[in-house]
Amino acid sequence: MVWLQLLLSGVLGRVLPSPQSDVVRPIIVASKPFGESYLLAEIFAQLLEARGFRVQRRPGLGATEIAFQALRTNQIDVYPEYTGTGLLAILGERPSEDPGQVYRQVSREFRERYGVRWLPPLGFQNTYAIAVRQETAARLHLTTLSDLARVSRSLRAGLTPDFIGRADGLPGLERAYGISFGQVRALLPAVKYQALSAGGVDVIDGYSTDGFIERYNLVVLKDDRRFFPPYEAAALTGAALSRDAPSAIAALSELSGLLSESDMRRLNRRIEVDGVPVPRVAGAALLALGLSKPSGKASSPNKGADSGVMTYLWAERRTILSLTLRHLLLVGVSLTAAIAVSLPLGLALERSRKAAEPVIRGVGLLQTLPSIALLAFMIPLLGIGVVPALVALFLYSLYPILRNTYTGVRDAAPGAVGAAWALGMTPRQILRQVRLPLAAPVIMAGVRTAAVINVGTATLAAFIGAGGLGDLISAGLALSDTRMILAGALPAAVLALLVDGMLGWCERLVTPLS
Amino acid sequence: MTSSGADTVVLRAERVTKRFGTTTALNGVSVVVQRGTCLALIGESGSGKTTLLRCFNRLIDPDDGQIVIDGSPVNRLDPIALRRRIGYVPQDGGLLPHWTVQRNVELVPRLREVANARELATHALELVGLEPSAFASRRPSQLSGGQRQRVAVARALAARPDLVLLDEPFGALDAITRAELQTSFAGIRRELGVTAVLVTHDLREALLLADQIVVMRRGKVEQTANPEELRNTPASPYVRELLSRSQLSVP
Repeated sequence: MVWLQLLLSGVLGRVLPSPQSDVVRPIIVASKPFGESYLLAEIFAQLLEARGFRVQRRPGLGATEIAFQALRTNQIDVYPEYTGTGLLAILGERPSEDPGQVYRQVSREFRERYGVRWLPPLGFQNTYAIAVRQETAARLHLTTLSDLARVSRSLRAGLTPDFIGRADGLPGLERAYGISFGQVRALLPAVKYQALSAGGVDVIDGYSTDGFIERYNLVVLKDDRRFFPPYEAAALTGAALSRDAPSAIAALSELSGLLSESDMRRLNRRIEVDGVPVPRVAGAALLALGLSKPSGKASSPNKGADSGVMTYLWAERRTILSLTLRHLLLVGVSLTAAIAVSLPLGLALERSRKAAEPVIRGVGLLQTLPSIALLAFMIPLLGIGVVPALVALFLYSLYPILRNTYTGVRDAAPGAVGAAWALGMTPRQILRQVRLPLAAPVIMAGVRTAAVINVGTATLAAFIGAGGLGDLISAGLALSDTRMILAGALPAAVLALLVDGMLGWCERLVTPLS
Repeated sequence: MTSSGADTVVLRAERVTKRFGTTTALNGVSVVVQRGTCLALIGESGSGKTTLLRCFNRLIDPDDGQIVIDGSPVNRLDPIALRRRIGYVPQDGGLLPHWTVQRNVELVPRLREVANARELATHALELVGLEPSAFASRRPSQLSGGQRQRVAVARALAARPDLVLLDEPFGALDAITRAELQTSFAGIRRELGVTAVLVTHDLREALLLADQIVVMRRGKVEQTANPEELRNTPASPYVRELLSRSQLSVP
């Protein structure tokens, strides 16, 4: 599947001839982790390639904060964004009803504050859509959000965490309509439609261009008080691109006003519901818009969406293998660094026990930081890609190794240690010949814990463009493609077992008791 | 205490005091150990007997008073070097569980960097009645409790120390094994002529093994006497009580 190779090439870079481009460096195109964002980014990428630019893809880079941070710091050059999001989530300004005014406001503010450009809107709006099942709408006579407010106490809402927190999401909705749901659950985009359709919740937030709204036969309630601000889609470009490749900006501007809301719903449906690979849908869209010519490059045969998981895994084995290797690299490097730091630190703390608990607890606090938050904090410091991912994984691996080294060495056979001391061994001899060998199983248990956690956490590295099996999981989640999710999750599980088994073998090597 | 023949005194403790926080563990304790004899420190838990023993090889340094071994005040000696000169048998044996019996017994000779550590260890095992060919390559976990304590004794004696300290060495064993080890230890000590300080809460053990008995109570010496004297003329109601509790005849 070309899409997977593209995901990978986003990491490795892709070299194409660039006859018309005025830069040698590739243009880095990113997206947020949901279907429409993937599609728009791929359309940008293919259009740029058709105009002779080299392109590097960072699909599903991260949610608004991460993607925008990356753009602002010129880690990426362009990603699709929505004017309403820019106004509310990034600028923190009050919403306005007029799309033109919103666009003018974000254009001006972003240029002045960040040197970032909004290209002219693509032509459609993708605003929030509050949706219910047809049966619910009929039974409770719901057509508008004002109707919803009447009965909201008796309903269970499943909302994306994003929506629950944003001023233009649930809090604003509660104020504008007096809506107060009986129960609010945070649900990820990938599961909320299924949850609604299966009756797990009664109301969800969707996007007005989602293909799923049609597929699940949902009713979108009318925003009769015009609460949701306009969310016009547009390409957001970084300062470095304006400087290095103004002609790329011209090329991207060719898309302005060409995509209607019904176009988008149709394209999204092809990806989300029909399971057509994103590059194919993007290619066809550009062709239909007259922005590219049919090329000799045959797209890969569409593997039927109903083919089995094993068949799929086999077909994608090369991609899976290279993503697994990258995953292993992330885990191996970060774990080795964590061992190199926590082992001596644990031993040092054992000698100054007063400092031990505060230090170990401090390191333990790192463990409580949500991984996504930690990754987001790193972008301004370390940018995106492999380095911040390694640092985050390193930080997460410290605690189990540190705690077990300290406890293991402290509690190792106190009777034997006491006797060794009484018979004239030096503290150094006791550490090397008695405590470390006897603590080895406990220390190794810490290393194994860290390794297994690390393999799991490394799947999140995909959100900041570090690659690994998380690429498949996040893309699969965004595109509701179960096989793609499994293609990332199954090898990750196998990898966790293998790493644990291998360390178990190492443990037997260093364990002194047979 | 006689001062005649200073070289016949291996260990002398003078008015040793040790406090842990507000608790006084040792309160001006004095004892003398003659060369080739066995001194027993006997008392209940908290009497200070183990604290005193641990002062002898500087596992604990007293707050006050002085300890002299072979004519040298121990606080002027390097504690590591001192410990390598003195044998030590803890109650639980304290064998290093990841080492073989042979390696355990070789510990002190190796720390002292003597050339014939191997022979010394083999000889020590024979001395405590463990056939080297059968036991040398075993791990402590493959031994019975009594065998482990024998190895601990062998380890304490392997480097041929002048003085050996034993902290309730047979306390955790069953009665029969304990009796065997006590007899065996008495024989070894006579054979080697090694000076020993034995901490015990078992008066029968003290009477059986020691030449001199120091009864301790609440950090002080209650009575110092040889077994015969102690039995016949207990110096206080406490010692009398101790004797009667051990079901030993009181005159």
